[in-house]
Amino acid sequence: MGRFRTNLLLCASTGCVSNKSLELKEAIEIELKKHSLQNEIKIILTGCNGFCANGPIMVVQPEGIFYQFLTVDDVPHLVEEHFLKGRPVEKLMYIPPKKETPVPKMSDIEFFKKQQLIALSNRGSIDPENIDEYIGKDGYRAMVKALTAMTPEEVIEEIKSSGLRGRGGAGFPTGRKWEICKNAREDEKFIICNADEGDPGAFMDRSIVESDPHCILEGMVIGAYAIGASAGFVYIRDEYPLALKRLIHAIKQAKKYGLLGKDILSTGFTFDISVNRGAGAFVCGEETSLIHSLEGNTPEPRTKPPFPAFSGYRQKPTNINNVETWANVPRIIQHGAKWYSEIGTETSKGTKVFSIVGKLKNTGLVEVPMGITMREIVFDIGGGILKDKKFKAVQIGGPSGGCIPDHLLDTPIDYESLTKAGAIMGSGGLIVMDEETCMVEVARYFLSFVQDESCGKCPPCREGTKHMLNILTEITEGRGKEEYIDLLQNMGMLIKETAICGLGNTSPNPVLTTIRYFRDEYEAHIKEKRCPARTCKTLIHYSILEDKCTGCHLCFKNCPTQAITGEVKKAHFITQQKCIKCGMCFDVCRFDAVRYE
Amino acid sequence: MKLKPEDLDKINEKMRSVTNLREGAGRAKITVHMGTCGIASGARKILNEFLTQVEKANTDDVILITSGCAGLCSREPMSTVEIKGEPPVKYVDLDEEKVRQIFEEHVMGGNITSKYALEIGSERLS
Repeated sequence: MGRFRTNLLLCASTGCVSNKSLELKEAIEIELKKHSLQNEIKIILTGCNGFCANGPIMVVQPEGIFYQFLTVDDVPHLVEEHFLKGRPVEKLMYIPPKKETPVPKMSDIEFFKKQQLIALSNRGSIDPENIDEYIGKDGYRAMVKALTAMTPEEVIEEIKSSGLRGRGGAGFPTGRKWEICKNAREDEKFIICNADEGDPGAFMDRSIVESDPHCILEGMVIGAYAIGASAGFVYIRDEYPLALKRLIHAIKQAKKYGLLGKDILSTGFTFDISVNRGAGAFVCGEETSLIHSLEGNTPEPRTKPPFPAFSGYRQKPTNINNVETWANVPRIIQHGAKWYSEIGTETSKGTKVFSIVGKLKNTGLVEVPMGITMREIVFDIGGGILKDKKFKAVQIGGPSGGCIPDHLLDTPIDYESLTKAGAIMGSGGLIVMDEETCMVEVARYFLSFVQDESCGKCPPCREGTKHMLNILTEITEGRGKEEYIDLLQNMGMLIKETAICGLGNTSPNPVLTTIRYFRDEYEAHIKEKRCPARTCKTLIHYSILEDKCTGCHLCFKNCPTQAITGEVKKAHFITQQKCIKCGMCFDVCRFDAVRYE
Repeated sequence: MKLKPEDLDKINEKMRSVTNLREGAGRAKITVHMGTCGIASGARKILNEFLTQVEKANTDDVILITSGCAGLCSREPMSTVEIKGEPPVKYVDLDEEKVRQIFEEHVMGGNITSKYALEIGSERLS
């Protein structure tokens, strides 16, 4: 193998691939050849860097230069200037909001600076399809340590004292979960990795699998050893083709090296992993539904207990953890529980991966220590609200979670404080909303998602959410009645207490928290038939002020539905029946003659 | 090919140069100045020679990067060698033979090849 002086770490995760990073790779290869640099400079396709909004992204090492928004047209100049002449190209670098000078180094960019990587520690720096690169970054060392120098009890003790809690949402202590499963009296046991990520706007698990699949396999081997399982499954969405491909490839490589399968590393321990593709039902994120789906049955939940730790897959003791939880395991075993437990807050240790999306300047995937405030995530890492509008709220935990308003922005993020605020940690989806987002509509959207995804087994979820959705639709369309708010709260509490599974139990959360923090918006919709954020179309009403209209005819020409009538130099008029409330007339009017209310 | 625990160490060792390169972490950093002036006076050959030397020495903690003109165009080709924890040293009027000496004495040996050195340290950055 020849030595390369420079490595170009080009992101080949789903986000950047759809922004043409593979075409970019070809263009760079051609250009490198032109300058005879192909034996000095190597391109490596990596997993996600997290800064997806600015993709395609490429990091040049050893210098650590960060390039963004690359296009094929930029390549000739970039290769000649930087890779031949050694002059990094400023115009392709990141420029912070409201600043003029670019920041060349990745490590200096605010988005990356506040992050602390554990689960994502190899993201963007290794080729996920090359097992040697993972081993080069001390991969599989934790597995060797566990299998050769620790007893299963010691492994569980280590995970317990690290304070790791389930990253799938509920936050059950992982070590405790393993211990329960280990103590179940059966010979055959199973473990499962839940990669059925379904929250709208969330892609933490996909990104981990795409950028570092081996860490999940390693975590699972360690878990299987501790629990005494001989087979494991990764239940992954079929909508994640790239993650699926890399995962299957990783399993193949690990088997070839004897890191999976019979007699792993000649230690006598045998464990195998197979991949199961899910068809994208949200309810399969729930443990018992997932197990039913895995068995080939209809994915419906069942009441617990018995918990899967006693009776799971094929009625055998089964331990399910989420992708991010498994990814933390090798690092805890390698660096020790003490190291891990020093990160985070009293009750929530370590880090959490969040996908931050919505009305933000910097969107993408971040890993931050527990205890960081929401303000730091939104304003420091996220760079603040798009177009400098006002922050309104952040939805955490997806359809099962709740919203955090402005006055709670400084709450340190951990499982307990989020629950206290009415939200949940969830799997890590963060949706940021600005002043132009209608909170009633947000609640309605999440509820319609739940209603679509409800499996229909239990009435509270099947019927209850449907009625709540109907009520919310009435409110957003201006037919709300005063008693609706109380009714929504009562129904919400009832569903929370009576639904069978987590999907139903948590589905009223978005409604309940928006009522709790934004009751005034509900009241405005109901009492004044007014949408303060001006997004509920039925409640907006456009009209033309006769005294201000000059009859310039511009709105007439631009109206897509011919709802505006009027002659030149005379006041115009909007026919309400034809108006679709697109706001075009308001935007084009130069005399402030169009009014909305 | 089934691995044993010690085989993992071997792979880890083999990958060390790649890992160091990715993290920008090395014991020594060599910068070849490749402005127009540098390229015109043969910086390409200097870079190639350094690359050959790094490969020959089979060392995994020497990082080789290129940068623009260092400002002293009449003394090109130039290179800067920086051993971790020590001030950088600029070498001027280089040719391949000088590169071989500098690599052996300074980069690998740790002793500055003062006969080719221009100065020690960098300009002040304000």
